[in-house]
Amino acid sequence: MSSATVEFSPWTDPDTTPLISFEGVTKRFGNFTAIDNINLNIYPREFFALLGPSGCGKTTLMRMLGGFEEATEGTITIDGQDMAGIPANKRAVNMMFQSYALFPHLTVADNIAFGLHRSPMPKSEIQGRVDEMLRLVQLQKFAKRKPHQISGGQRQRVALARALAKAPKLLLLDEPLGALDKKLRQETQFELMDIQETTGTTFVIVTHDQEEAMTVASRIAVMDNGLLKQVDTPDRIYETPNSVYVADFIGDVNIVTGTATTVDGDATQLTWAEGVAPIKGMTGAQVTQGEPASFVIRPEKVSINKSEPEASNKVQGQVLDIAYLGNMSTYHVELPNGQIIKSQTANNRRIARRDITWEDTVWLSWTETAGIVLRD
Amino acid sequence: MRRMTSFNVVSLTLGFAFLYIPMLILIIYSFNESKLVTVWAGFSIKWYGELLQNEAFLDAAWVTVKVGFFSSTIATVLGTMAAFVLVRSGRFFGRTLFSGMIYAPLVMPEVITGLSLLLLFISLSVDRGVFTIVLAHATFSMCYVSVVVSSRMATFDQSLEEAAYDLGCTGWDAFKSVTLPIIAPAVISGWLLAFTLSLDDLVIASFTAGPSSTTLPIKIFSSVRLGVSPEINALSTIIIGLVTVGVIVASITSKRALVRRQQETV
Repeated sequence: MSSATVEFSPWTDPDTTPLISFEGVTKRFGNFTAIDNINLNIYPREFFALLGPSGCGKTTLMRMLGGFEEATEGTITIDGQDMAGIPANKRAVNMMFQSYALFPHLTVADNIAFGLHRSPMPKSEIQGRVDEMLRLVQLQKFAKRKPHQISGGQRQRVALARALAKAPKLLLLDEPLGALDKKLRQETQFELMDIQETTGTTFVIVTHDQEEAMTVASRIAVMDNGLLKQVDTPDRIYETPNSVYVADFIGDVNIVTGTATTVDGDATQLTWAEGVAPIKGMTGAQVTQGEPASFVIRPEKVSINKSEPEASNKVQGQVLDIAYLGNMSTYHVELPNGQIIKSQTANNRRIARRDITWEDTVWLSWTETAGIVLRD
Repeated sequence: MRRMTSFNVVSLTLGFAFLYIPMLILIIYSFNESKLVTVWAGFSIKWYGELLQNEAFLDAAWVTVKVGFFSSTIATVLGTMAAFVLVRSGRFFGRTLFSGMIYAPLVMPEVITGLSLLLLFISLSVDRGVFTIVLAHATFSMCYVSVVVSSRMATFDQSLEEAAYDLGCTGWDAFKSVTLPIIAPAVISGWLLAFTLSLDDLVIASFTAGPSSTTLPIKIFSSVRLGVSPEINALSTIIIGLVTVGVIVASITSKRALVRRQQETV
């Protein structure tokens, strides 16, 4: 992200008015509760990601913003206006559909102009706006083509241009990059961020791809079974997850279960096996002394050495497996009690010069602040 | 490609002969000089000339075209609406019954459909004429239209309509500017099918026609009872010609529409 001069964090400022707010919103389909009593504020100019496995309710939450679903209980306000009973065609909200939903019988330019013809914009200005949108997504040359005559990546950009043409207050993106291959997807993520910054539109994106959410979003809401598990910035979601579920859902993680024996402010000790030193970590949300808890640490924060290091947390084990990923390697190390801990290191030397191999006895170590103790 | 064996050649020839020899004979005899249908007396196109002088036939042809046009148009509007409801409404109470009732006329014997319509018109004391044939034809051909249109609707991506709403369309606007243009080929082939069925129909038309509204099939059928005249042969040849052209045009358009749809869904 291009470094802003002032850090963008309206959610920390109590004086900022949110653009969107969910107050006690519940959505039921028959007996099934898709969204369970959600409270959430999203601020102007945010790039907000709804992340979760399929069926977690993220799409339903987005469709309620678009006006395609009505909340069973609670209030949704957009820009101070209660959205109850306001249909999709009366909202200053546009959506980019997962299938893109481009109109096959219209040209690229006519697709982009479709919403403008149904807006108060005078006819004389529509062509200018369409050209502007085509320039924004770099498709000037393809204006006269039909959707089936352009590539998947170009279709994705037409869908984006069409959704942005009416300059909505809020743009909803439903798995916008799901149909693209990996390389194109990564390029498009940066393009999306640029466009979001240029237009200053608030974006809400639904995705099940955590890397995508981490890359593009200012904040991420991790959802599961219709509940918001955590709403935070990507770095805080990754570094200080508030539950084992979030830690496990985002990225790779080691989980050690035990009992929180001493909780002293920010520092907690976890007893996890007979006859070994307790693990020292950060105190996570809602950890109480004497209760069962889990220690959670990312593999790249665990160092691996052949000789005993100087560290506040260290354990000895045997290399069980090595996953070579090219730029880095992940070592699976089995501890004497059978627990497996993964350690990831950058391969800054050629593989032939690696000094650790299978069956080696190694030391794993990490600092007191590298991992976090969470309530089970 | 595999070579044709002599067995294949023979069965193909016999099959086509079975299908087309009767029509071929009819076409040949329409160019017969003689008034006797069974005796060949040299080539002539005079029966075509006589046909154009025959007011009764021309009137019947005009009635048939009118009935076909109006009944297939009504059937297309109603059939498309029914298809829309069937595919879109999801589950509602009585859905199975409703869809079954739409398709039932497909298998209903025409005599029964005709008779029941006749009884209805009599009990309402409606004067039978072009209007009643139009209603009757629309009734039985709308189910064909709804079958054709609903099979297209089933593969229609519903997010296209949602996108239309999202961009500011009302329900009717979304249907008119997005749904209808996309399903248009199916609606048109439904209309053509209904039109063909109406042109073709003898049984239902006989029940619902009045004295002033003879359709071509009724006219042909009643004149043949007095003996086959070469004029009938000429007329039938013209109909065969029109139908052939229609079938060829329809299959070319539907093939093109299919190819385009495959490209669009890539």
